[in-house]
Amino acid sequence: MAEHLIEVKNLKQYFNVGKSSEVRAIDDISFSIKRGETFGLVGESGCGKSTTGRTMIRLYDATAGQVLYDGLDVHAPKSQSENQTLNRKMQMIFQDPYASLNPRMKVLDIIAEGLDIHGLVKTKKERKERVIELLETVGLNREHAERYPHEFSGGQRQRIGIARALAVDPEFIIADEPISALDVSIQAQVVNLLKELQEEKGLTYLFIAHDLSMVKYISDRIGVMYFGKLVEMAPADELYRNPMHAYTKSLLSAIPLPDPIYERSRVRHPYNPKDHQYGPDEKVEFREIAPEHFVLCSEKEFKEMQAARM
Amino acid sequence: MRNEFEHEQLPQEEFERITIDSDQAERIEKPSLSFWQDAWLRLRKNKAAVVSVVVLLLFLILALIGPHLNGHAGDAQNLRHANLPPKIPGIEKMGIFDGVGNLAGKKVDLYEMKKVDEYYWFGTDGLGRDLFTRLWLGTQVSLFIAFVAAAIDMVIGVAYGGISGYYGGRTDDIMQRIVEILIGIPTLVVVILMIMIMDPGIMAIIIAISITGWIGMSRIVRAQTLKYKSQEFVLASRTLGSKDGKIITKHLLPNMLGIIIINTMFTIPNAIFFEAFLSFIGIGLQAPDASLGTLINDGYKVMEHQPYMLLFPALVISILMIAFNLIGDGLRDALDPKMKD
Amino acid sequence: MTKILQVKDLELSFHTFAGEVKAIRGVNFDLIKGETLAIVGESGSGKSVTTKSIMRLLPQSSAEYKNGEILFEGKDLTKVSEKTMQKIRGKDISMIFQDPMTSLNPTMTIGKQIMEPILKHQKLSKSKALEQTINLLNLVGIPNAESRYKMYPHQFSGGQRQRIVIAIALACNPKILIADEPTTALDVTIQAQILELMKEIQKKIDTSIIFITHDLGVVANVADRVAVMYGGKIVEIGTVDEIFYNPQHPYTWGLLSSMPSMDLADQKLYAIPGTPPDLLNPPKGDAFALRSEYAMKIDMERQPPFFKVSDTHYAATWLLHPQAPEVEPPAVIIERMKTFPGSRYYVEQTGGNA
Repeated sequence: MAEHLIEVKNLKQYFNVGKSSEVRAIDDISFSIKRGETFGLVGESGCGKSTTGRTMIRLYDATAGQVLYDGLDVHAPKSQSENQTLNRKMQMIFQDPYASLNPRMKVLDIIAEGLDIHGLVKTKKERKERVIELLETVGLNREHAERYPHEFSGGQRQRIGIARALAVDPEFIIADEPISALDVSIQAQVVNLLKELQEEKGLTYLFIAHDLSMVKYISDRIGVMYFGKLVEMAPADELYRNPMHAYTKSLLSAIPLPDPIYERSRVRHPYNPKDHQYGPDEKVEFREIAPEHFVLCSEKEFKEMQAARM
Repeated sequence: MRNEFEHEQLPQEEFERITIDSDQAERIEKPSLSFWQDAWLRLRKNKAAVVSVVVLLLFLILALIGPHLNGHAGDAQNLRHANLPPKIPGIEKMGIFDGVGNLAGKKVDLYEMKKVDEYYWFGTDGLGRDLFTRLWLGTQVSLFIAFVAAAIDMVIGVAYGGISGYYGGRTDDIMQRIVEILIGIPTLVVVILMIMIMDPGIMAIIIAISITGWIGMSRIVRAQTLKYKSQEFVLASRTLGSKDGKIITKHLLPNMLGIIIINTMFTIPNAIFFEAFLSFIGIGLQAPDASLGTLINDGYKVMEHQPYMLLFPALVISILMIAFNLIGDGLRDALDPKMKD
Repeated sequence: MTKILQVKDLELSFHTFAGEVKAIRGVNFDLIKGETLAIVGESGSGKSVTTKSIMRLLPQSSAEYKNGEILFEGKDLTKVSEKTMQKIRGKDISMIFQDPMTSLNPTMTIGKQIMEPILKHQKLSKSKALEQTINLLNLVGIPNAESRYKMYPHQFSGGQRQRIVIAIALACNPKILIADEPTTALDVTIQAQILELMKEIQKKIDTSIIFITHDLGVVANVADRVAVMYGGKIVEIGTVDEIFYNPQHPYTWGLLSSMPSMDLADQKLYAIPGTPPDLLNPPKGDAFALRSEYAMKIDMERQPPFFKVSDTHYAATWLLHPQAPEVEPPAVIIERMKTFPGSRYYVEQTGGNA
């Protein structure tokens, strides 16, 4: 058993390759996630963080690079049974609680979909019991099973989506902005639920979000993405205390906090990619500036940053 | 602006702390309704649609049993009874439907004059055939053509649009180019050519209507497929390992069913109308078969002297068209998720 | 302290297929000249409906003003004619919506869209209006306004579009600017820029702003006063410091403690249980009682009136009734209260370590 459950190596995802409209949604990123860890991926809309999640779970084929799940190349051709196992081990929670549940299906059938596909239950009775068990795991109850998605609130729907993912006993869950469409009072419910489930079942998470305060709260390590590139990666506390990349600094300085006194004295650091002024022969790469703290920078910047840390 | 802040004295036990069962906060008050139950409730509230459904059912029943109601056969010719105006027992005494018609500018009871004892409820045509019987026979044929044509449209349209939208890429490109070529050919030209090679008749008309009719449906289904296939619930199903077939039957079709039904509901009156149009210009059904179109064509020729020959088929076709359209409208309101509260 | 807008006992219902939805159930507040009033609440709390009812932008077929009045310059906006309303909209009161993608007309140049309200409400010549348009674009921070006013919305980024929307809203120097979640669709860095812009502009042109949001961080940044809405009512209203450092309503407590703070690590987040009430049949008593751990018997039966905390601070919770038992707010809230002079947990800062 490798220490890292997930390894992403030089992953690239380009759309419309060769056309003038070529988009480099993911531009050569590498990271790994340890077993039982929560890895947060943050960035602004269009930075490629959702595409990363979707490529990892094979909703898209990668343009180049590898995603290894427990040493197994996710995108390589595989036998039917290997595919099935992988489908069970990796699951996903989606962003939009309104679009992620089929409006024509009962909650019972939505949650049982994975059970049916993988033949995890033998009888109708067993199927229903398993679904009710899952509903209770996410804080709902048996009377919800016969209802349709439109009768639920956003937070409840999101929990149904979590129950659907849990049905197949996954080890790794990609949570693609699971709370950004929810009200503040409901966000905490979902985040707490995810944390509890992690403790109970030893799950590993990739938590994708643009809300840095929630990501900081739930993640062990965080990667910051900017236009398809990972610009900084560090343990959560380290990232907040010592942001090194100018973009991370700008992002952190922009989060509004529920603290009026602090807000009155907030100083914003705008980010302009041109400020780096990389020379043509400078090699911009991911460098380890402190243990486990990586920054995308040039040799010159690296030295400056190290000096600043002293 | 605010309430008084003098606080009344309240019984102290009112301020006892209570614990709320957290399940209660998760409870859903509304009764559980499936999408279709909900749509039915909405449709029921739409008076025009309900009336239309009733009228339509009535016409369907009449189309089935009408030809057998008064004992006259639809193709029985009796020249002695030609061109009789409508005469209905019971109502005749009220001064309408009493068999009185114009003859050389004068009002005469034609039944008496021709010594006819039978009643022809909607009158007879130039060959002495009972118009009541012929009218419902014609309705039967028109509705049959419309339903079959709509069903064919639906099957081809859904399959074509679904495949094109779901598989996308090159498949979609080729299939859409074919559609564009088909749509470029004027329908009427295709239809006239079709009818020239085939024997004119019900089959020919159905094929003629369906040959380009499915394009509209296929476009709608393609657009819907494109919309739904990138929805998160479909992605979720794919991450669980669903096969294409399952995704189409369990996730895509149930969500598109509403719009397919609505579209079919609007196809039917169009098909009725198109059939009538073909028959009216003379390339549709041939004698002695009757359809609403041929009846109107016959009636239109003698509009001045025997207006009833035009009146009844024209009324039936108009009411059918309006009823189908109102039902279609009602269904659209009932099935459109945007109207959800 | 001139009151520019007064909302009194406003009640509004929607007639839907399923029945009457009581979206606003007795809302009272004043807007003072030059201030920013933030209305916070979750979806379905009635915050958006409240402002749309001020602008009379709700569908007349289904929305019904049941009671109350909205007083603006001596006129009751619930009663004035549509024609008068059209003169007020865009001139005296203007609005910024959430989505800058859909609130601009994609087939019109931005210059024309900004000029439209100017030409309509202020009788200016075209060249004067153009001059003002360019001034406005400069004001909202669009560079090269002289050449860019001829461009179409799709040629601008999301943040710039929202700046243009703000320029349109400001075109006639409105007395009131209603901003309905103006930054929710934007990224955090852009959000910060837009918030800064709005504050700057307010200083320059002295307009009153009603700012609707569900994000307490944004509220802390922009607001002078805050109204917290829940279940179609205002449950607490006060100055921004009072709401953030001396909150009184259990719902406000819940909201504030469910946000993770940046420095307190690994402490379990407080989550308000359950879901917001269904306003089709609103609860008889305190709408929040079912989700509150501080609920009392009376909460089930009677709606709490406003209790006065200070001259500017009111909260609708029975906990403030003199007969109510003293309860201890969540730990995070006590932490906050410690910094607020006047709260019962206030700890005087002695300067050194105790």
